Amino acid sequence: MQPTTRSKMFCGCAVGRLGDPPNSNVCEICLGMPGTLPVINKAAVEACLKTALALNCDIPRHTKFDRKNYMYPDLPKGYQISQYDLPMSKDGFLELDGRRVRIRRVHLEEDTGKLIHAGDKLHKAWESFVDLNRAGTPLMEIVSEPDLRSADEARDYAVALRTLLRTIGASEAEMEKGQLRAEPNISIRRIGTEELGVKTELKNINSFRALHRAILYEVVRQTELLESGGTVVQETRGWSEAEGRTFSQRSKEFAEDYRYFPEPDLPPLEIDPVWIAELRMALPELPGARRGRLVSDYGLPTGDAVLIAADRDLADLFEGAVAAGADAKHVANWIIGEVAPTGKIPTAEHLADLVKLVTSGGITRDQGREVLMESVETGRAPSDIVTEHGFAQVSDEASLLAVVEAVMEANPRAVEDYRVGKKQALGALMADLTKRAPQANPKVARELLVRLLG
Amino acid sequence: MSELTELTIKETARLLRLRSFSAAELVTAHVEQIERVDHRVKAFLRFTPELWEKQADEADRRIARGDLGPLVGIPMAVKDVLCVRGVETTAGSQILKGFRPPYTGTAVARLFDAGAVMLGVTNCDEFAMGSSTENSGYFPTRNPWDLDRVPGGSSGGSAAAVAAGEAMIALGTDTGGSIRQPAALCGVVGMKPTYGRVSRYGLIAFASSLDQIGPFTRSVEDAAIVLEAMGGHDPLDATSSTRANDVLRDFDAGVKGMRIGVPREYNEVEGMEPAVKAAIEAAIKSLREAGAEIVDVGLPHTDYGLAAYYIIAPAECSSNLARFDGVRYGMSSQDALNITEAYERTRRKGFGTEVRRRVMLGTYALSSGYYDAYYLKAQKVRTLIKRDFDAAFEKCDAIIGATSPTVAFPIGSKTQDPLSMYLCDVLTLGGNLAGLPGISVPCGMTEQLLPVGLQVLAPQWREDVALRVARAYEVASGVKAEVAPLV
Repeated sequence: MQPTTRSKMFCGCAVGRLGDPPNSNVCEICLGMPGTLPVINKAAVEACLKTALALNCDIPRHTKFDRKNYMYPDLPKGYQISQYDLPMSKDGFLELDGRRVRIRRVHLEEDTGKLIHAGDKLHKAWESFVDLNRAGTPLMEIVSEPDLRSADEARDYAVALRTLLRTIGASEAEMEKGQLRAEPNISIRRIGTEELGVKTELKNINSFRALHRAILYEVVRQTELLESGGTVVQETRGWSEAEGRTFSQRSKEFAEDYRYFPEPDLPPLEIDPVWIAELRMALPELPGARRGRLVSDYGLPTGDAVLIAADRDLADLFEGAVAAGADAKHVANWIIGEVAPTGKIPTAEHLADLVKLVTSGGITRDQGREVLMESVETGRAPSDIVTEHGFAQVSDEASLLAVVEAVMEANPRAVEDYRVGKKQALGALMADLTKRAPQANPKVARELLVRLLG
Repeated sequence: MSELTELTIKETARLLRLRSFSAAELVTAHVEQIERVDHRVKAFLRFTPELWEKQADEADRRIARGDLGPLVGIPMAVKDVLCVRGVETTAGSQILKGFRPPYTGTAVARLFDAGAVMLGVTNCDEFAMGSSTENSGYFPTRNPWDLDRVPGGSSGGSAAAVAAGEAMIALGTDTGGSIRQPAALCGVVGMKPTYGRVSRYGLIAFASSLDQIGPFTRSVEDAAIVLEAMGGHDPLDATSSTRANDVLRDFDAGVKGMRIGVPREYNEVEGMEPAVKAAIEAAIKSLREAGAEIVDVGLPHTDYGLAAYYIIAPAECSSNLARFDGVRYGMSSQDALNITEAYERTRRKGFGTEVRRRVMLGTYALSSGYYDAYYLKAQKVRTLIKRDFDAAFEKCDAIIGATSPTVAFPIGSKTQDPLSMYLCDVLTLGGNLAGLPGISVPCGMTEQLLPVGLQVLAPQWREDVALRVARAYEVASGVKAEVAPLV
């Protein structure tokens, strides 16, 4: 996960400027020029600590950075500054559908640059280019224990993590911007046994869909391998989105020896417990707790609460609209049915205004949808829009009499049917009435119609 | 030879303000001295006329404005491991040939701001690995007192430049003795500050936890002036200290009443030459006569220091030198078939024997399965050595002894035997492992007219104590750093 920071992990270059020309967002430090030194980005440490707190981790008083040594053209210094044996935090958990997924550790490190190979495939490339704009971008690595049992669970876990990080403001976690990448480790075991099988690790999966598909593929591959008498080799595998399969990258025998040792350019960090206490107090309500409260305080069904609590903006909208006087259940319906699918979020006051207009019978639900859309686009209050467009429902019988008589005149057969006892004919008459006069209050019009028919 | 090339900073600052000569004339005198002697000494790798012209003019303007800064107009040489924007900086290595840093390191930038005038880049052992400057990827530098002998190393070019009157001050770096040992062998003052006193930003790293930048000068006071100008916190170096940089406190207070420790182990190190021993004994006598109380102290883990140092320093260097891969700057193999081969070819061609040896040693020491036995063990020894010094400094205010067990040795005499070369650092590297400030001051000549150096070590952050003792010795003994005659 890329924590939300303005600058890179160890220098002052800006982060996350997609579309910059290659190697334009770099300095001598993130280029690994001789003689340069790293300086820790406090905002990245803070984001990592907030994440650790939200994941119920222990935060040791002492932490340090280490060098992970390996040579690759996208790694300017020939080592990555990461954390090895004293990570920023450890031993936490994330609640997922009522059970706990254990978190082993959350630590900070720096990202590498990007290689671009001319000629599509690496082994066929005739030329390779190095873009170091991304080099030195802060990364939080969140390592879970082997507590996920299926591709579905893995995806749900990743989605829940993203929600959590966005809620606490630690990361924007945009997968398409590469801010969230997953490296699932997959092993299978015979039903009834405890011991985990040999695992494979999939590198750099960058969408929830790919995560799900890659795990499904890998489970089938390993199962077929074992059932045909083969063995799973511990290795790192890549995922080809186009071919829909995983492929071997590096097996354990050829695994790098990273020669970790403490980063001598960065003194060990001592984390002030007062800082931790302040961060803990400043944490917003987490999605799990909020979901519970939406059920207990507002009487929402669990399903609605799950959907709304999963998105901090929606949950804020819900509570804001209810606070502005709208009915909770109706607000929830509007949010789930109309707001969430479009992703266009009105202000809480406007949503409350709209829900009140509909529930009081001032406008129809269909009109409400149109008003909502216009309100989100123009930023104007729903009641103003309704007034201006004459959307307001016509509810007085005198005004409706003419149209009701017109409907009866145009549908003599339905009128006859109703009068001989086929009460369902009322539906056809009402349908015609709504078409002729969409602004008619259906309840009042229906009563009038029934009276004239009878 | 002009007398302008034999002055100290203090003397020069006064004469510049009396308009006895201009900064431009001072630079010219040094350039002429370089022209006269450097083809024999070979202290410099490159010269920077574009800088010295501009900086000397600026210095004269500052003097005209009444600027009283002591470093305004002072001609300076800079070791080839310190990055200066636009000036080819190669760490004495072929692998960085042609590399011009896009930035100037903090220590050099501060001296530029203080008015120093850069003459050029001095030779050194490749990536500061060596004790004789013979490991330079370009050519060996010669000792100005005997051109058939080494100047010491790794900062041999800087030491030789100051000893030969080619520069008034020079910057070096000290990882295991690379300032103090060449200062001793060339008969000048050389100081390694406390680890963290001077920013390492811009210093091409050899061993990050040991490296420090320090000055070469021809007086103790000059060393203090340079240190004061370049020391102090730097936000670009997380290991630089925020402590006050008051190194000149009680500078001239003398040693009366001070307790000065003489470690018994330092007299017994392998290869200690009788002439060096005699010079140090005379120095001890002179300090005692100046009022110091001489106390016997023990540094029992001295013997293990060398072994620990030659694990830790290569381990860090194996990682620090990984960036020299031919991808972004410096030498780059163009005919390799794949990236691994490109790395191998570039590094085999670009690095010299000693650098390759240390990269391999360090890689091995950090490898899975060997880490605990080597790197971790060495770190534990490092802790024991720090404790030795802590205990010793409870009994004394400063520690003195020889800087190097030997005087300058003949060129080529140790190049085939790396272990004998490593032993050159046995008396200095303890100061690096413990992060202490240390200074080497001239303490006379042997019968062969080769300089001997006296080392003063003080507790961390007590540069003031080291300088005060060194100054008191300079005054009491009357021994001054002199410019070698080079006849």
